[in-house]
Amino acid sequence: MDKVNFHFEIDGENFTSAGEASVRIKKMLREMGFTPEIIRRVSVAMYEGEINMVIHANGGEADVNVFCDRIEIILADRGPGIPNIDLAMQEGYSTAPDNIRSLGFGAGMGLPNMKRYTDDMKIESEVGKGTTIVMTVNV
Amino acid sequence: MSHNKHSVTLDISRCKGCTNCIKRCPTEAIRVRDGHAIIKEDHCIDCGECIRLCPYQAKKATYDRLEDFSNYKFKIAIPAPALYGQFEELDDVDEILTALLACGFDAVFEVSRAAELITEYTRRYMKREDLPKPIISSACPAIVRLISLRFPYLVDHLLPIMPPIEYAARLAREEVLKTHSELKDEDVCVLFVSPCPAKVSYVRNPLGVKQSAVTGAVAISDLYFKIRAKRKEIKDIAPLSQTGIIGLNWAGSGGEATSLLTDKYLAADGIENCIHVLDEIEHGTLHDLEFVELNACIGGCVGGALNVENPFIAKARLRSLRKYLPISRNRVKELDAIPEDIFLTETMDRSTTMRLADDRMTAIAKMAKIELIYKDLPHLDCGSCGAPNCHALAEDIVKGDAERQDCLIQLREHYEKDNK
Repeated sequence: MDKVNFHFEIDGENFTSAGEASVRIKKMLREMGFTPEIIRRVSVAMYEGEINMVIHANGGEADVNVFCDRIEIILADRGPGIPNIDLAMQEGYSTAPDNIRSLGFGAGMGLPNMKRYTDDMKIESEVGKGTTIVMTVNV
Repeated sequence: MSHNKHSVTLDISRCKGCTNCIKRCPTEAIRVRDGHAIIKEDHCIDCGECIRLCPYQAKKATYDRLEDFSNYKFKIAIPAPALYGQFEELDDVDEILTALLACGFDAVFEVSRAAELITEYTRRYMKREDLPKPIISSACPAIVRLISLRFPYLVDHLLPIMPPIEYAARLAREEVLKTHSELKDEDVCVLFVSPCPAKVSYVRNPLGVKQSAVTGAVAISDLYFKIRAKRKEIKDIAPLSQTGIIGLNWAGSGGEATSLLTDKYLAADGIENCIHVLDEIEHGTLHDLEFVELNACIGGCVGGALNVENPFIAKARLRSLRKYLPISRNRVKELDAIPEDIFLTETMDRSTTMRLADDRMTAIAKMAKIELIYKDLPHLDCGSCGAPNCHALAEDIVKGDAERQDCLIQLREHYEKDNK
């Protein structure tokens, strides 16, 4: 076995539980002996992705594949999709509703942070169908 | 952290093998095997959570006794400020310090004195540039061990200045040797009057310093009745206390942080709350924070498992005690400097205890096995197998510490199937 998969259902109904998958992944990566730096990058990218799925897409699924030389994070939702990915990638751009902003989210740093903390990020999105993001952190 | 001489221990004869402690241990350090609990020494951070939880008083804190130090010529008590919160109708700290002397100590030196100096040095330290913010207090040894074990990335955030207990011991020793020229260093023992097992453990396994200047740790609960009795006997109260409001405030959650004169602080208490805050710091979601004070016990040190009084009552008493006290009675003369010898000399451990294997290949393979087994388990986290949750059981199975049949739920399912 050269990889291990972790699968998470991200509950869109329960905002307060957002971020839990990231905490679990952190624990697992630590047990596998990854460096704190790698763990931090993966957990931040994962966290931002989770929050996004809860705020914008009513939840979704997350898969984390851990290989010896890389960690792959796949986030898939059936939300509204992103009409303009370039615009969404801009720092400070956000479509988060006011009630979410009042909690300190919606600063428009989610996607940019996900890109910053990973070595590769691909976004596939179709309006009305959903979004899939694949991020890779090289070890 | 191997060869750790723990304070928290188990009395097997009292343990019924229930699952109360295993499920609440913050580092999943306890298992039930052969009808009783066992503590995994390399995972235990001596927080004392299990001592508070155990309905049968099977978990105990071990500590030193004053009698054990009779071979020393000179005994100095260094009481934690939480001590003062234990006594009713107290309006003068000196009463307790005088009673403490009457218990058999030759001198007292309040840890809160050192705390006031640490406060001043921390303020100065916080002005430095390029610090990894937020700086996390290193005063609670259970929290320092928790960070080393579960949050190794945050080790660099720990305040690299000695905790008050250590600084107090050094100052006390220095002061006594200066005033008693007949004494040699080895004649003097410094005994901490401890509110918690984590600090007892600190004395045995110091953190951040090569060797602790504290010789031993006695328990507040152990001295409580003695102090009470002596308090009634004493006629002349000696003017011993040299602590102000800031020093006393260190006994409760928020005391250390508020004295740093910044609003950009967070103070959390209770181990679960602290873990949550550390998770958030790791996520990078807590912006603009300068300082984080974490206390493993609810209420701060007054909530330690070796206290007698309820933490909130103790805190209220401390509040009335500090009335009419100066803000601080320990000030530093030289401006802006921080003495070199107050910094920790040993780097804090980034523990590898949680690792499945030394090489990543093997670790990934093991983790894959764990996940496979975990998927099969009932996910009830009932604890009847002796592990705190189903995932921990899966880990134990792969590590060879448990077997699949340990899951009673599955065993019953198999039994029912076989009997159909």
